[in-house]
Amino acid sequence: MNIVIVGDGKVGFALSEQLNLEGHDITIIDNNLAALNDTMETLDVMGVHGNGAVRGVQLEAGVQDADLLIAATSTDELNMLCCLLGKTLGAQNTIARIRNPEYMAQLHLLQKQLGLSMAINPELAAARAISRVIKFPPAIKVDTFAKGRVDLVEFRLPAGSPMVGHRLMDMPRKPDAKVLVCAVDRDGEVTIPSGPFVLEAGDRLHITGESHAITTFLGSIGGMNFKIRSMIVVGGGRLGYYLGKKLDDRPFQLKIIEKNLDRCNELCELLPRAAIIHGDGSDVELLESEGLDDVDAFVALTGIDEENLIMSMVASHKKVPKVVTKVNRLSYLAMVEKMGIDTVISPKVTTADEITQYVRAMQNTVDSGGVDTLYKLVGGKAEALEFTARDTTHHLGETLQEVRLKPGLLVAVIVRQGKVIIPDGKTFIQSGDSVVVIANQYQLGCLNDIFEE
Amino acid sequence: MNYRAIIYYVGMVLKLETAFLLAPLFVSLAYSEQETVKGVLITMAITLFIGMTIDAVKRGERTIYVKDGFVLVAICWICVSVFGAMPFFFSGAVPSFVDCLFESISGFTTTGSSILTNVEVLPKGLLLWRSLTHWIGGMGVLVFLLAVVSNSGGDSVHVMKAESPGPAPGKLVPRLRQSSKILYSIYFVLTLLQVGFLLAGGMPLFDSVCNALATAGTGGFSITNASIAAYDSTYIHVVITVFMLLFGVNFNMYYFLLIRNWKGVWRSTELRVYLGIFAVSTLLITWNLIGPYTLDFGRALRDSAFQVSSVMTTTGFATADFSLWPQFSRMVLLGIMIIGASAGSTSGGLKVSRLIILVKEVKRLLTRMGHPRSVEIIKLDGKAVDKVVVHGVNAYAITLMLLAGLSMLIVALDNFDFETTVTSVITCISNVGPGYGKVSAVGNFSEFSVLSKLTLSLNMLIGRLEIYPILLLFAPRTWRRAG
Repeated sequence: MNIVIVGDGKVGFALSEQLNLEGHDITIIDNNLAALNDTMETLDVMGVHGNGAVRGVQLEAGVQDADLLIAATSTDELNMLCCLLGKTLGAQNTIARIRNPEYMAQLHLLQKQLGLSMAINPELAAARAISRVIKFPPAIKVDTFAKGRVDLVEFRLPAGSPMVGHRLMDMPRKPDAKVLVCAVDRDGEVTIPSGPFVLEAGDRLHITGESHAITTFLGSIGGMNFKIRSMIVVGGGRLGYYLGKKLDDRPFQLKIIEKNLDRCNELCELLPRAAIIHGDGSDVELLESEGLDDVDAFVALTGIDEENLIMSMVASHKKVPKVVTKVNRLSYLAMVEKMGIDTVISPKVTTADEITQYVRAMQNTVDSGGVDTLYKLVGGKAEALEFTARDTTHHLGETLQEVRLKPGLLVAVIVRQGKVIIPDGKTFIQSGDSVVVIANQYQLGCLNDIFEE
Repeated sequence: MNYRAIIYYVGMVLKLETAFLLAPLFVSLAYSEQETVKGVLITMAITLFIGMTIDAVKRGERTIYVKDGFVLVAICWICVSVFGAMPFFFSGAVPSFVDCLFESISGFTTTGSSILTNVEVLPKGLLLWRSLTHWIGGMGVLVFLLAVVSNSGGDSVHVMKAESPGPAPGKLVPRLRQSSKILYSIYFVLTLLQVGFLLAGGMPLFDSVCNALATAGTGGFSITNASIAAYDSTYIHVVITVFMLLFGVNFNMYYFLLIRNWKGVWRSTELRVYLGIFAVSTLLITWNLIGPYTLDFGRALRDSAFQVSSVMTTTGFATADFSLWPQFSRMVLLGIMIIGASAGSTSGGLKVSRLIILVKEVKRLLTRMGHPRSVEIIKLDGKAVDKVVVHGVNAYAITLMLLAGLSMLIVALDNFDFETTVTSVITCISNVGPGYGKVSAVGNFSEFSVLSKLTLSLNMLIGRLEIYPILLLFAPRTWRRAG
């Protein structure tokens, strides 16, 4: 597909990189020539220099033939203008980044009036991701399928766990903890495991199942069951606000530490249930006096990566059970994992993932069973995809034993009329099912791609 | 330095060369030239063996950065030339390997200077190989590789930048591979078109193919001693004049025509200046020729147009020995020899777009003399030219002059006359082919010493790869760890 991206900032770059890898033709518009040149030297994309909300510039970038226009500049208003113009000039679909909470409230109206296909809000997306992780505290990352019925949870297998050293097929199974281990990341090497696979301590497992089953399962494997009752958030920016809003209805103590007094006052109004502390979160004494030693979770969300990382290291050192860190600069991501900080949230990556998912789905709207949901696992080395089976899907009603699937691919969950099925050899696919597939070497476009034929 | 990547690319290029060698092999087989078949087969065995051996080496994960890209291109070109020289050597057609190398480099860099005193005795297979090297070198070996081999990411961008001529090479479409494919398709179709036109003029098939390949790459190796003058047909002369001119145009223009972007073509300053220089030079020389050279206006126009087109696009074909023309005409030709044709074409020289930027820079400096605080930007096709590009153009022109001067000093050791010494260097560094004196259109480079031949070979590579890749090879810093 032809995709035009306006804005060559961090999100624009992350998007170009991902969509380029997916095989799309990318043209990127920015008025910063230096940034544009850098991007063109690292990625196989075309750059157009100029203001993205100007007709001539958009035409030069080929908006009239574009399947998708993504406006990801730092200004909401500019993004909306870009999309409005792009749509008028003939772009098939438009996506705008809209971050201002006040605009978010009237999103529905805007979306309709501007003809937007989608509005993305990196901070809101990141807040959602954090609140999901909080649900299963031992998890590094949590994604959901089938409208929240199925969770995909990533966690690190602790050394003392009874699972260590067992083959997956010999695993003791409790009847109410039906989950499936669908991908294992061992030192960056991704395996989609089969029965004889032996687990080791330190493996990062991805499991799927219903929420309660996962909770029970995590409880049964040792050292991985605790509930979060109190949380300290450093940084009361947009992300902090969205997170506070998300957690507002849950019964726990929330403390937000914010440097700017005016912002503190605003937050007091916006989040009446949270305790707002005015102070510098990178001040360890302040953190200690606010109870860092006893808190269940620590979330670092300031705008400076380095501060977030140092604070999180302090929190990890103080044995805070759950530490979440926001990191903007993508090149840090790989390093951070080695520092013992497990859950790293990057609004840019989350956004790029969401858009990639949208693009995949868009590609297949006419096909049978296009991608409904898509998650990248282990830094994009594997993917979890959700499809809806239609009448045109092949091999309906045949059991998975009979059907030949491509190797290195796993049908993880089937959701049939609201019921979650963890498939085994005798399971079959019916029209209307939601099917979650894990794959580590294919780019699956539709459900029929999973069959060997 | 990313050695793994460089070795990987060398392997790919050698395999590609093996494939190209099939053409002379078949021709030699058809004409049953046993020595040539032997020579080509030995070469193919060597290139294939090395190419396959390199396959075992892993490419590695590291990406290529700017410097790696430049060095990689230089090394690939040297390898291609060295192995491309082998058919001449192993077939016994050219006994000295330095001569073979000169011939091969002259081919790939689309120069067309030759050390052969009698081209016509060369077997057909080798004649085709000579012309084919022009065709491959014209658009670029690595660009071809990028068009056929899938490769994404920054790798290819640096490689393409290092190989494509012009001050700021860009892409036509978002995907580099697609871009290379478009360019090569245009190139291929235009070549085919020329073969057709030449056949229609009664030129034999083998000659048509060889001449078209040499025209397309703006090379200039011909298969007769008298170059194109051997074909006594106005039609053929005109066809070749027009096609030389066409291959000197920025290929982006053809793409614009294909997608019906008439404005893009109309607005191109470079195209207009290029055609302008061609027209003015042709008229000046025609006017100068009438009288001392010929009284026939038609003949004067035909010959001057052919020679101007040939020299300006740095092809180097000839229908007349222009070194015997009046001094004024010779000076005009020398001038356009240095300027060359458009960026993004297969030609050599300084390039018209660089000339435009240089002239505008001079104009700007003059304005600043009178109005020291005036602010003026240099524009090309209605768009501001980045300062970095302008500086790059200045540096390029100066480096080119310095290197040419240095080479002239070395060549002067051979103690030839002034004209030969100076024009041999200029013609090589501009990738033209013939010069004046001993290296005129009817002469050749066989008399030069080994040192001069190597210097001139290097000059050709410097001209084709636009200086920096080759220069980087000689910078000690390049080879230092973490340099």
